Amino acid sequence: MVGAAVTTKTKWALRLVALLYLALLLIVPVGLIFWRTFQHGFSPFWHSITTHEALHALRVTLEVAITATVLNTVFGITASLLIVRHAFPGKRLLNALIDLPLAVSPVVAGLALILIYGRLTPIGGWLGHQGVNVIFALPGMVIATVFVSLPLVVRELVPVLEEIGTEQEQAAWTLGASAPQTFRRITLPAIRWALAYGIVLALARSLGEFGAVAVVSGKVVGQTQTLTLYVEQQYQNFDKTGAYAVSVMLAMIAIVTLIAMTLFRPKER
Amino acid sequence: MPPAPRPGSAPGQRTRAGAGTALGLGFATLYMSIIVLLPLSAIVWKAHQAGWSGFWADVTTPEAWSTMKLTILLSIAVALTNIVMGTLIAWVLVRDSFPGKRVMDVLIDLPFALPTIVAGLVLLTLYGPTSPIHVTLAYTRPGVFVALLFVTLPFCVRTVQPVLIELDRDMEEAAASLGASRITIFRRIVLPNLMPAILAGGALSFARALSEYGSTVLISGNIPFKTQVASVHIFNQIENDNVTGAAAVATVLLGVSLIVLLAIGVIQRWSVRR
Amino acid sequence: MAIDVSHIDKRFGDFVALDDVTVEIADGSLTALLGPSGGGKSTLLRVIAGLEQPDSGTVTINGNDATKLPPQRRNVGFVFQHYAAFKHMSVFRNVAFGLEIRKRPKREIKQRVQELLELVHLEAFADRLPSQLSGGQRQRMALARALAVQPNVLLLDEPFGALDAQVRKELRVWLRRLHDEVHVTTVFVTHDQEEAMDVADEIVVMAGGRIEQIGSPDELYERPANDFVMSFLGPVTRLNGRLVRPHDLELLASAAPGAVEASVVRVVRLGFEVRVELLVNGSDVWVQVTRDSSERLELHSGSTVYVRASETAIRPAVPSIATPAASG
Repeated sequence: MVGAAVTTKTKWALRLVALLYLALLLIVPVGLIFWRTFQHGFSPFWHSITTHEALHALRVTLEVAITATVLNTVFGITASLLIVRHAFPGKRLLNALIDLPLAVSPVVAGLALILIYGRLTPIGGWLGHQGVNVIFALPGMVIATVFVSLPLVVRELVPVLEEIGTEQEQAAWTLGASAPQTFRRITLPAIRWALAYGIVLALARSLGEFGAVAVVSGKVVGQTQTLTLYVEQQYQNFDKTGAYAVSVMLAMIAIVTLIAMTLFRPKER
Repeated sequence: MPPAPRPGSAPGQRTRAGAGTALGLGFATLYMSIIVLLPLSAIVWKAHQAGWSGFWADVTTPEAWSTMKLTILLSIAVALTNIVMGTLIAWVLVRDSFPGKRVMDVLIDLPFALPTIVAGLVLLTLYGPTSPIHVTLAYTRPGVFVALLFVTLPFCVRTVQPVLIELDRDMEEAAASLGASRITIFRRIVLPNLMPAILAGGALSFARALSEYGSTVLISGNIPFKTQVASVHIFNQIENDNVTGAAAVATVLLGVSLIVLLAIGVIQRWSVRR
Repeated sequence: MAIDVSHIDKRFGDFVALDDVTVEIADGSLTALLGPSGGGKSTLLRVIAGLEQPDSGTVTINGNDATKLPPQRRNVGFVFQHYAAFKHMSVFRNVAFGLEIRKRPKREIKQRVQELLELVHLEAFADRLPSQLSGGQRQRMALARALAVQPNVLLLDEPFGALDAQVRKELRVWLRRLHDEVHVTTVFVTHDQEEAMDVADEIVVMAGGRIEQIGSPDELYERPANDFVMSFLGPVTRLNGRLVRPHDLELLASAAPGAVEASVVRVVRLGFEVRVELLVNGSDVWVQVTRDSSERLELHSGSTVYVRASETAIRPAVPSIATPAASG
């Protein structure tokens, strides 16, 4: 009896500490920004996110994030198939390097891109002569976004490819299916949930990227400004309403992402 | 007799899809080079352009030195806090049950999905100058610490949680039947099994805190020698056209990140062997 | 010959999976590749299918050199141990897959799949997903899928290995009947000698990447080429250093020419037959006798008997003093 009482007490204490921590760190602040945004109704929010500048930032964000996610999806499928299905020299190196972007500060990633593709560098200079500006322009922002979200698709696909094994693919070969047919009709359907999960993660990361894009975009208002850069600018210009409104919009996207992640989560398939 | 290789193992296929493999490998190599390898090498190269002494001078300016010290100390504190709180939250999520647990479980991932600049702003609504609870952490070190805790919240929870779910309750019951107290069971049975996951989560939190930029930029107020963390410092150096100085500090960050990444690899291999 | 495998070598790193393997498989036959795991039989089957490339040697299928052909162009049916069911497709679509790849008209596909599902008794399950089938049903679906494309040869890799004992026995009877109906040249891999003897016309015994013996089940049992084949195909014991089947040993009450003295260690009754464990010159020997002779000899532990091999006893063609494992 005494033991049980202690257990219950400990349990309550642990639960209380966990909930308090989460409330103070996560739930109350997030709830508060929603309340602040909507305390005067819906129209100030709508007005703030439909200004010319905000809409332009939204368009830039979507362009960059979608391009980056498409690139990372193609790369993710290729790299995961290479890692799981093929043997080649340098495989372990590729495997290790793919994780590297997760450990690199976004600012460092941006700096790295400036040092290679900036106007005064050999590569950047040559590209500039060809009429392609990378830094302070969309291509640089896409590359920066690709950099920070690079591992996300690969990391979801590798375990699933390992788990499904090669037998289904080999069965398809013996039934006459070519490599592209086998991929489209056997492999792709088998990895579709993991792929969807990886794409959602990569897209969410891309939409929300701030540091790396801040470095390479030059933050040119009305040109290279993304939503996250817009939030920073509005906050520093003391337009809290604008900053909160766009933040809340991004938070809503994040919550939709969470719901999608819950639906696609590997263990619940 | 050595074990027969698994059917369909890689060696058998190398000869099969030769052209496809080569094409894919070429694409992957080019992609990695353009996006990751060349740029990161450029940083190291830039940092050492003025030789070793130049590099040393750049990382030991009072501002760079203080920012790196602050960043590393804060990251250690963040990792330790997460080790305790992350394990505790994972425990509550797995072993306890109460209404709203499912929602809480989903919300843990919110910091992963939320843009970092928004995370910073969100914290400023509660802990900023207009705090409704009159706790003002803006422009202070505790403020930066809270921001780092926010963005690293999921790491330890999400590494410990699956291990705790898989943990065999029989072991704990066996220990209890042998007369072990609850504290002893936790210390001698549960904790050793969770250790690799806890350490991996701690290392991930440390690496993330070390490299974090977006969530700290608003709350830190960017005060040198007080609240300026390494990423913010690098950003300022870039804006002030001191690219070499930025590259030097970036190289140090890269080095520490690599070490942490290797450590995580070692922890994972260690836990697989167990 | 439907399949002609000639001087095939295959290594995986340092491991020799196939070592100069040559075998011919007759048109319309049902052949078992039998041997212990790691003996190379699955690798040989995969080489025939084109799923593995041999390091040297040739594979001919129906008179055409197939060595360099990819699996897609060999027109073989392959059945995997773990079914390799296309999990996201219905049973119907699984069976139709090869025909769809070959772009056959819809009506023909429908009719052919229907026929095959009837053949494997799955016509009621056409719209189910593989996950809704039992193991035996999945394997029958895999078989129908392999047969749908009218393959030159049908290859089965441990087809019943993942099934429980009862289903396994049913399916092997069923496979034998199916083969008698369809007549497609069939090769299946098994490590179960009873399964091979029960189903196959011809058995290829493999160990350590080499072929030990090829022959009909009777030939292998009665004229084993060596100790390995003999011990793999049935129970054996060793008398005076030579392998002999336990039922080929005679027990006598008194000394006789060729018989050696033995003391009984244990008598175990297993229904109709009796297993007698003896000690002969310090080594263990066991003999299988009928209940009658056991009672006639009044066998009990401690009693002394005389044991010799019967005149018709089966002996390996190449006796060896080495242990069976070393012959492979």
